[in-house]
Amino acid sequence: MAARISVPQNARRGDNIEIRVAIQHPMETGYRTDDNGTAIPKNVINKLVCRYNGVEVFRAEMGSGIAANPYLSFFIVAANSGELRFDWGDDSGATGSERASIIVA
Amino acid sequence: MKSMLTRRSFLVHIAVLAAAPLAVVRRAFAQQFAQQTEAQTAAVNALIDKITGGAPLARGRVKLDIPTLADNGNSVSLRVLVDSPMTAADHVKSIHLFAPRNPRPAVAAFYFGPGAGRAQVSTRIRLSGSQGVMAVAALSDGSFWLAVADVAVTVSACWDAS
Amino acid sequence: MSGYRLPLILIAGWLAAAPGVSVAQTAVRPQPLKSGIEFTGPEVRALQEDEFANPAMLWITRGAALWQQPVGPAQQSCASCHGDVATMKGVATHYPQIDKGSARLINLEGRIQQCREVRQQTAPLRYESEDLLALTALVRMQSRGMPLAIEIDPQNRRHFERGRELYYRRVGQMNLSCANCHQDNWGKRLGPETISQGQGNPYPIYRLEWQTMGSLHRRLRACLSGVRAEMLPYGAPEYLDLELYLAWRSGDLPIETPGVRR
Repeated sequence: MAARISVPQNARRGDNIEIRVAIQHPMETGYRTDDNGTAIPKNVINKLVCRYNGVEVFRAEMGSGIAANPYLSFFIVAANSGELRFDWGDDSGATGSERASIIVA
Repeated sequence: MKSMLTRRSFLVHIAVLAAAPLAVVRRAFAQQFAQQTEAQTAAVNALIDKITGGAPLARGRVKLDIPTLADNGNSVSLRVLVDSPMTAADHVKSIHLFAPRNPRPAVAAFYFGPGAGRAQVSTRIRLSGSQGVMAVAALSDGSFWLAVADVAVTVSACWDAS
Repeated sequence: MSGYRLPLILIAGWLAAAPGVSVAQTAVRPQPLKSGIEFTGPEVRALQEDEFANPAMLWITRGAALWQQPVGPAQQSCASCHGDVATMKGVATHYPQIDKGSARLINLEGRIQQCREVRQQTAPLRYESEDLLALTALVRMQSRGMPLAIEIDPQNRRHFERGRELYYRRVGQMNLSCANCHQDNWGKRLGPETISQGQGNPYPIYRLEWQTMGSLHRRLRACLSGVRAEMLPYGAPEYLDLELYLAWRSGDLPIETPGVRR
């Protein structure tokens, strides 16, 4: 699961900053079959949580209606320097995480 | 797709949307989803009821930016935002996306914590055919708001078995 | 009818083989040259242009990790020999090319595979695997903005001529050639789409229809299935010949990798 995170390295306190996340994942709907005609089980990233210095600031609960290789953009208020942490998991139990540091002045 | 509204019918719509019980509002919306079956409407209504707990749902405050003509239903870019100061006293708690004609109409739900700066999310969704995509926002004051956007989904000209 | 056909084939063959006949007399490029991005809608264009939102960039990220990953008995990574991937700038403009060792036509995927087998001494990647697409896209992206530098010379001419012949050959239940759509009718509507010139400059691409990344060969397979013809396996010599013809045909169109298409 390759993933890309976009977080500004620096921000002014109180700024609204855009956070962008992209994860490589087929978001299998459960309605497709492979080349042999066997059904491919549903497997989507069903949850992604973004924590800012340990506090949850954004959470996405997703279904098969989210496009393959899910993309999310949302906004947080730059409060303190520290770490943004992203955790996600799919129906198969696979998990992923990324972190990014931010300097707030 | 969009029907022309006369001044009178517009006022009626507003009156219906602002004051009517949810069931009536839903009926008014349903007229615009000509391609949506009654079963699909009922399924989405049940999902929305779970969020609102039966509280009134009105149109407004939610803005849903999505192309009116989508090149491919596998990936349709979308932005949803709610006009809100996002303060402790007045904020958006969550936004829920529905695609009534999808096999699973509940597309996604987004929850905003105290550090969220705006009630705004961009993502890409799947659409199983042309339909009215719905966004429901739950606010901290207990109110619920709705936006609906009609999207026509085109299909590829060429069959692809690669 | 058939009485005329044989001499015509002979004349065509003679024209193709004659050293004095220039390429321009036997093959044509669309005028003006247009990248497929000009035929897509604003949504697809926005997706390709946004360096973060472009879903193909996930494969670039994956490719960058693979570039550094040691493999094989000597634990050699791509970077062990080549250094930073930026040194690959311009390399993709020379593919497909005749491999000096084997005297065979190979494309960029083929070169990466050869590197793995011969230099890194590890198993080749499956054609169209996530990893091969990722590495191919990463290397080709280093030449983004540059046109291909393909010369038709005595070494590759046989492949070029066969590629051209395949380009104009009608195939499948629909009895259509590549040229019927992409040379003779580009710019016209086909259902909700505008027929493109079928240019290879953005490959590998993220295609919304595929919901994933795909190679030029996958696109050729898609077209063959579209006209109800038999699809050849990935890496087939016919595809390589066609790839060479397409490379010549793309003239000075700049590489757009990693592209996005509907």
